Amino acid sequence: MDFNPNSSFLYLVAVAVILFILAQSVFFLIRAYRRGKEIGMDVKKLRTTITSSAIFTVAPAVSILLGVLTLSKFLGLPLPWIRLSVIGAITYELPAATSTASALGIPISETITDPTVYSAITWVMTLGILPSTILVPILLKRIQGGLISIKNKDSKWGELLISAMFMGMISAFMGMVFANIRNGLPGWIPIFVMFFSAALMAVCGLLIKVLKVKWLQDYALPICMLGAMAFAVIITPVIS
Amino acid sequence: MDSRIYEEKTHHYGKIWTWTAVLVFVLVPVSVCIFYNAWPPFMSVFKGLLGVAPIFWTVGFIEVITFTPMLGTGSSYLAFVTGNLTNLKVPCAINAMEINDVKSGTEEGEIVSTIAVATSSIVTTLIITAGTLLLGTLTPFLNSPVLKPAFDNILPALFGALGVVYISKNLKLAVTPMLFMIILFVSVPSLAGSVGILVPVGAVISILMARLLYKKNMI
Repeated sequence: MDFNPNSSFLYLVAVAVILFILAQSVFFLIRAYRRGKEIGMDVKKLRTTITSSAIFTVAPAVSILLGVLTLSKFLGLPLPWIRLSVIGAITYELPAATSTASALGIPISETITDPTVYSAITWVMTLGILPSTILVPILLKRIQGGLISIKNKDSKWGELLISAMFMGMISAFMGMVFANIRNGLPGWIPIFVMFFSAALMAVCGLLIKVLKVKWLQDYALPICMLGAMAFAVIITPVIS
Repeated sequence: MDSRIYEEKTHHYGKIWTWTAVLVFVLVPVSVCIFYNAWPPFMSVFKGLLGVAPIFWTVGFIEVITFTPMLGTGSSYLAFVTGNLTNLKVPCAINAMEINDVKSGTEEGEIVSTIAVATSSIVTTLIITAGTLLLGTLTPFLNSPVLKPAFDNILPALFGALGVVYISKNLKLAVTPMLFMIILFVSVPSLAGSVGILVPVGAVISILMARLLYKKNMI
């Protein structure tokens, strides 16, 4: 059978997966929202959480879309669409596709025409990322049990532990921003962007706390992100 | 409903959704193989996996240990199906809990985190879907050299704003892991591609530092 990585069949498979993802997300959203109302949480706050999370998501989601675009040149559209809508991320999918293609001696610069190569890549992409999904139902209760026993023994330390874990994540990503500083001034661009974003957040903090601009609290993070991304667009041609 | 019953039910539904998701994920390559009658040789899949599985299985395990305590129950089940944790779901959930002034591990935190991750998953899926369907129209925009620096710098833009909030609140806690990571990345720039593995390293350093400061009553 002729193989086309943009065939109607593959689009149908993609639509089925996307509908499943949407159904799961809507299920958890409605359930949490109803529970929030049930225990007397402020409905306005719950709604604002939805709006602010949606706005915050736009810029990273467009960046994920760029990943679909990158992979589509090699894999067609349906497979990257599926992979980047589920647990996959471009940082994983591209190495997975590259690794399989090189094992089969196929260049990744051309669109795949061999269904066996395509199915091999699909298997590697799927199996390579599956453990993190499988481990949640297996480990989550045990991890939470451990945390609860720590909190029961010492609640302040329990809270500090979570903050410390989050600080670990932030420090890794902020440290990564410094990776290219030995490449001269262009290597500093991510650092300038990071500091600009931090400065914007500091201004937002002042506006919220001193001038009582309360609505800004819910939208400060996306505003700072987009502002810093715009700053990157301005300074990159000047510095590079 | 008692909060413990709600929590138990969340685990119950979470497990059903997750195992169904695993089945759906596996059905994708199975359906490709059946429809095109193209079962790949075992060795080609094995060799392909060999290139990525050792790292990504390790990262997957580490991510589950590191992120589930921050996310809570419902959002963990959801986020580990819909993906993009570090660049999207975890910051989104943490930010939502922060602006609602609720803590991870409480029922309010659980609800806010789940709403944030679910909304983020829906919006991401819709944007990717719309983008995929309109790719012909959007490609010149997405590939525009003018906008390239914006997307190249999305992580510094995110973690600058997020970092300043948490560092200012936990300055003593932040100094050591921050300095360690900066020195590490400046010394070995190629590690930027393995940042996922360094998240737990940062977490361990941060936890050890927190314990030390806590024992000395400094935080």
